[in-house]
Amino acid sequence: MNQLVTDIASVVAMSAPMLLATMGILLSERAGVINLSVDGSLLLAGMAGFAAAFLTGNVVVGFVIAASVGAIVAALVAYLGVTLKLSQTAVGFVLALLCTDLSSFLGNPYVQKQGPAVTAWPIPGLAEVPFLGVVLFSHDVVIYFSLLLVPLIAYGLYKTRVGLILRGVGERPDALYARGIDVIKVRYLAVIAGGVLIGLAGAAYTLDLKQGWTYRHVAGTGWIALAIVIFGAWRPWRIVVGSYLFAVLQTASTRLQDNDWGVPTQVLQVAPFVVMILVLAIVNSVASPRFQRWILDMPAPVQRFFRFISSPAPAALGK
Amino acid sequence: MKQLQSSFVPIAAILSAIALTSILLLAYQVPAVDALWLLFTGALSTQNRMSDMLMLASPLLLCAIGLTVSFAAGQYNLGIEGQMTIGGVASMWVMRDYQVGDSVLMYWFVAIIVGFVAGMLWATFIALLKHYTRVSEIFAGLGLNFVALGTSLYFVFGPWKRPGVASMSGTEPLDESAWLPTLDATRLAWPTPIIAIGILIIIWWVIRHTHWGLQVRASGLSPLASARMGVPAVRRMFEAMAVSGGIAGVAGALQVLGVYHALVPNVASGIGFLGLLVALLARADIRWVAPLALFFAIVTSGSIQLPLALSTDSSIAGVLQGMLVLAMIIARSIQRRGEA
Repeated sequence: MNQLVTDIASVVAMSAPMLLATMGILLSERAGVINLSVDGSLLLAGMAGFAAAFLTGNVVVGFVIAASVGAIVAALVAYLGVTLKLSQTAVGFVLALLCTDLSSFLGNPYVQKQGPAVTAWPIPGLAEVPFLGVVLFSHDVVIYFSLLLVPLIAYGLYKTRVGLILRGVGERPDALYARGIDVIKVRYLAVIAGGVLIGLAGAAYTLDLKQGWTYRHVAGTGWIALAIVIFGAWRPWRIVVGSYLFAVLQTASTRLQDNDWGVPTQVLQVAPFVVMILVLAIVNSVASPRFQRWILDMPAPVQRFFRFISSPAPAALGK
Repeated sequence: MKQLQSSFVPIAAILSAIALTSILLLAYQVPAVDALWLLFTGALSTQNRMSDMLMLASPLLLCAIGLTVSFAAGQYNLGIEGQMTIGGVASMWVMRDYQVGDSVLMYWFVAIIVGFVAGMLWATFIALLKHYTRVSEIFAGLGLNFVALGTSLYFVFGPWKRPGVASMSGTEPLDESAWLPTLDATRLAWPTPIIAIGILIIIWWVIRHTHWGLQVRASGLSPLASARMGVPAVRRMFEAMAVSGGIAGVAGALQVLGVYHALVPNVASGIGFLGLLVALLARADIRWVAPLALFFAIVTSGSIQLPLALSTDSSIAGVLQGMLVLAMIIARSIQRRGEA
């Protein structure tokens, strides 16, 4: 039982950087821009954040530097993809590889160095609550921030005017342009804000959850984050489910190291992607006009169910 | 004047990529000229290094050829790594039946064909998802890359694991008689580059000189317009993706037969993605694919000597390659603006 509580708490902790990164990707994609550079910019920001914290001895400086690096790469994506109208896929992909190699080259002097790290800060009082205390309230500031971020983004996107404009820019940019909204400016802001979160996610790894820097430290995480956003169908709460599902499967795969049902544990780690592709295929088919017409004859609860699961990508994504 | 300008922009792009890389090197107190010299020529210095470079250039060339076909049809086949991996898995599946004394030529032939088919099916699945469920080929491809890696891990650690202990180093190696033959004492398995060049010639001819190739290019330029002109654009998209995945599958099979001599978890190991950089540079112009793949292989192989020779990290090769591609993409957009 105690083992289970510790495992749940570690899932909550390990998901923190993933939540930061996926929320960053969400902001940018809801505004219609694919930032495919995540896998590289996360590494580069994480490395820069660790190096800065290592040199100054100050963790906060590390996070600020990491956020700036994330913002700079995102701004580059926005400039090339939105202003110069180059293929966002091509630009993002090249930047992903380039930033990964940059992080290896520039991070070389900091490999395996002992640096400062975020200190744990159990919330006085709340941390003593049985179960929830361990699971939610005995972490550190980074993890609390990641937990607060999701409701904040969900609220911002769906309940505020800014969120409405941001979503509109991703769905019908021409309509918003006609109403006098500076579409390009909104996209820039969304992509750069997303980049800040991606940068913070990088530092959350190197300064907190996977402390230190090694060659290609958490390579692959960015691609996974991009996949989880799609798995979550561009909705904040479903992305949270995806992030936790992923962390649960990863924890399970380390726990089940010596199982005797013949499935190598490495396979469990890719299980989320099979689910992701299936979900994506179902969600997209259900959202097609033909299917929507077809369910018109169905009873109301069935219709509501299909409306609930049909959530296609932002219409102007990548255009 | 216009002629001058059109050749000036790409040259400026190349020079600025090299200049930026040099600045990074100098900032880390690495002699930039020596490092660049090693990157450009280090892979050519000995027979062994040259053969290692060619063993990298060949699968890279194969991936880039395939990607050129899918680019021509307007598709970003980011699933290339998965197609290569699954090609490797499929070829190992064939080779596991090989016994000393069997006709090894037959086994190689079947393994490569099965690798091709496996890669083709893997890519067709992406095209199916794209067409019928409107899942972008980029994300379907990325997701399937992980699934392919999982499949390969499953076999390496599951049914095909080494007797006794399963490890990341791969399955039990093939019998030495089933390894692709090498040239003299080097690691150059000469059938690999020959197959790569053979496929290059075939695809070159198909893309430039057949009706099918023309239709693929047309549907890539404008699916709607070509559909109106009677080109079966959707079918051509499927076929282009299938060919692209098939060629990547062959690359994976050749890695198993000629390089690893076993199934390793990550058969593709980034070669597919490097091939994407080559294809982005060549931009569907197949004439450039071979020289660019060779150049990228030279730089990547040369960089392996950097840690020993200049005690710096080999990843500067990737930095140079990435900067080059990025600079060229930007240069082309400037050029297009100039023409407009």
